[in-house]
Amino acid sequence: MSVLEIRDLHVSVGEGDDAKEILRGVDLTVRSGETHAIMGPNGSGKSTLAYSIAGHPKYTITGGTVTLDGEDVLAMAVDERARAGLFLAMQYPVEVPGVSVSNFLRTAATALKGEAPKLRTWVKDVKTEMAGLEMDPAFAERNVNEGFSGGEKKRHEILQMRLLKPKMAILDETDSGLDVDALRIVSEGVNRTREEGDVGVLLITHYTRILRYIKPDFVHVFVAGRVVDEGGPELAAKLEDEGYAAYIKDSNEQASAEKAAEVVQA
Amino acid sequence: MSAPDHTSTTDLTTQPSTLASELFAPGVGAQAGPPTTPAADTGSAGEAVPGAHSHGGPTPTGSPAERFTSTDPDAFGVPTGREETWRFTPMKRMRALLDGAPSDAHLAWTTDLPEGVELTSVEADDPLLKGLPEPVDRLAALTRARSGGAAVVRVPQEAQLDRPVTLALAGNDDDAVVWGQLVIEVGAFATATIVLDHTGLAKYSGGVSVLVGDSAQVKLVSVQDWAPGTVHGGQYDAVVGRDATFQQVVVTLGGDLVRLVSNVQYAGPGGSAELFGVYFADETQHQEHRLWVDHAVPNCTSNVLYKGALQGEEARTVWIGDVRIRPAATGTETYELNRNLVLTDGARADSVPNLEIETGEIVGAGHASATGRFDDEQLFYLCSRGIDAETARRLVVRGFFADVVQHIGIDSLQDRLMGTIEARLGALPGLEEQEVPA
Repeated sequence: MSVLEIRDLHVSVGEGDDAKEILRGVDLTVRSGETHAIMGPNGSGKSTLAYSIAGHPKYTITGGTVTLDGEDVLAMAVDERARAGLFLAMQYPVEVPGVSVSNFLRTAATALKGEAPKLRTWVKDVKTEMAGLEMDPAFAERNVNEGFSGGEKKRHEILQMRLLKPKMAILDETDSGLDVDALRIVSEGVNRTREEGDVGVLLITHYTRILRYIKPDFVHVFVAGRVVDEGGPELAAKLEDEGYAAYIKDSNEQASAEKAAEVVQA
Repeated sequence: MSAPDHTSTTDLTTQPSTLASELFAPGVGAQAGPPTTPAADTGSAGEAVPGAHSHGGPTPTGSPAERFTSTDPDAFGVPTGREETWRFTPMKRMRALLDGAPSDAHLAWTTDLPEGVELTSVEADDPLLKGLPEPVDRLAALTRARSGGAAVVRVPQEAQLDRPVTLALAGNDDDAVVWGQLVIEVGAFATATIVLDHTGLAKYSGGVSVLVGDSAQVKLVSVQDWAPGTVHGGQYDAVVGRDATFQQVVVTLGGDLVRLVSNVQYAGPGGSAELFGVYFADETQHQEHRLWVDHAVPNCTSNVLYKGALQGEEARTVWIGDVRIRPAATGTETYELNRNLVLTDGARADSVPNLEIETGEIVGAGHASATGRFDDEQLFYLCSRGIDAETARRLVVRGFFADVVQHIGIDSLQDRLMGTIEARLGALPGLEEQEVPA
């Protein structure tokens, strides 16, 4: 049983006068065995949340806490966060020329377990998982993400999640750019992980489409760097019908009110 | 980093303030992609690619439109280090060759010649030597004059070799400079791979001329795995026949100073040349690779990919990539790319691409050059999977080299070179058993 707790998280990008606050006080708790969907319009800070939890150096934490089972995640290096059990499936996975997928996967598995996995069982595991994601075996010999199609990159991300078995998986727009077949395959991979173990899933998405394949237990609406509404699966249905317009309007009104207040104070 | 013009290219050195991920983004650097609409045949370089940076024009370019060549060393004068072709070279160390006396010293040759391949030698007055591309600098001219003839490797026409021709050339720690000239003649329609494997300690100045017959397919691999203290200078020429394919893979790892000049010219239309190179400079090593691809006939292609890494104080690399597309060379397609990975402070990489386009009737012409630190995004990606930063760094560098080394196509040699590179990077934990069959 694991708990990822995010409390009043403030994050900015840029430095000095160029610094811009993206996350403005995020509160979120994800427990093992739960699937949370974070939904919001473009530019609301969803990906910033994902990358901040994973520790991308581009983002500066200006306030708040993130803990995994009470351990301070923000104090950990990027690789330590992964070894603590966090996993981020990236929206735009990075090409690593000259490093083969098989080499990469085994190096990562070795790093997470502290010892090299037994070759025989590992090879079998990789084969099984690749077959489950309908990936060509030749894929293992290609360089990481190099020349991969959009769908291949996302399958490769889910393959890593399957093999590395995190406690908490953050899926950043894993559905974007996928055709229906690829979406189904990727979603089935996520569902297998959920069924087999006590993983907690934070599913970040713009569209409700993927929620037809992966059923969330909780839905959070994310606008202008914070959670503005929360509910169960029914909230996703509401968003599908009505979109984000009402939330954005509220947020704009609040922003102008805040600005006015600042002006008055000045 | 902005696209450098010829006045700023020498500043393409490490700039820690620049985010490496920007430097490594596709197409970043001095890039001129294929012109979308071929410009009119202006005859003036730089105008063929509207909006791109200048590729020549009235400013001094570092590559004179016509390169002076001669077999007479004195025609070049004694270089001072201020000349364009020598300005990056540490002349004090280069004097070991430039001031070297004529000698009978030789490298120790160990050869593996597949059936049908002939190794002979010719005297200095042999007509074969008169027909070779001429030396482009004083050192090359001295080498031609003092080598007393040439060793000649002949691959008969239509030969299909069952294994590479290997010439293992080892230095004997002689005080005297070794002057050598090698000619590799591959007949029409033949397929051959030739490996020059340089090891040991030497002061060596060697010319290599490859004559690629029509429709032949030739790969020349030159490995500089010298012992520390070696000084190696050399001019490599390839004359690519009609519809022929020439590949060159240069791997420079060892030695104190290595300075190689590789030239390509096409003897007929339809030729293809690919120049791959990888270099790894440690403390005080100077590794200089100068390329010149001269497109003077129609419908030829050239592709250049050189990658280098540097670590340690005063590690120094120089890459000069000159490509000229003459007015007659319609239908040319060319691209050159140089990437340098600066691993520590105190190292310096210079990268100077030059592209002169004298006809708009080409398929495409471009170049890119980037020098930087690690790609932060690659590091983040690997670390986010639990791999520690140091291992991730080594994985990335290993991959950086493997990308080029794999063009050799000879497993045993590739394994040896990657082993050498990895040893210099420090051992990668657990990587020896990382083979995962699909």
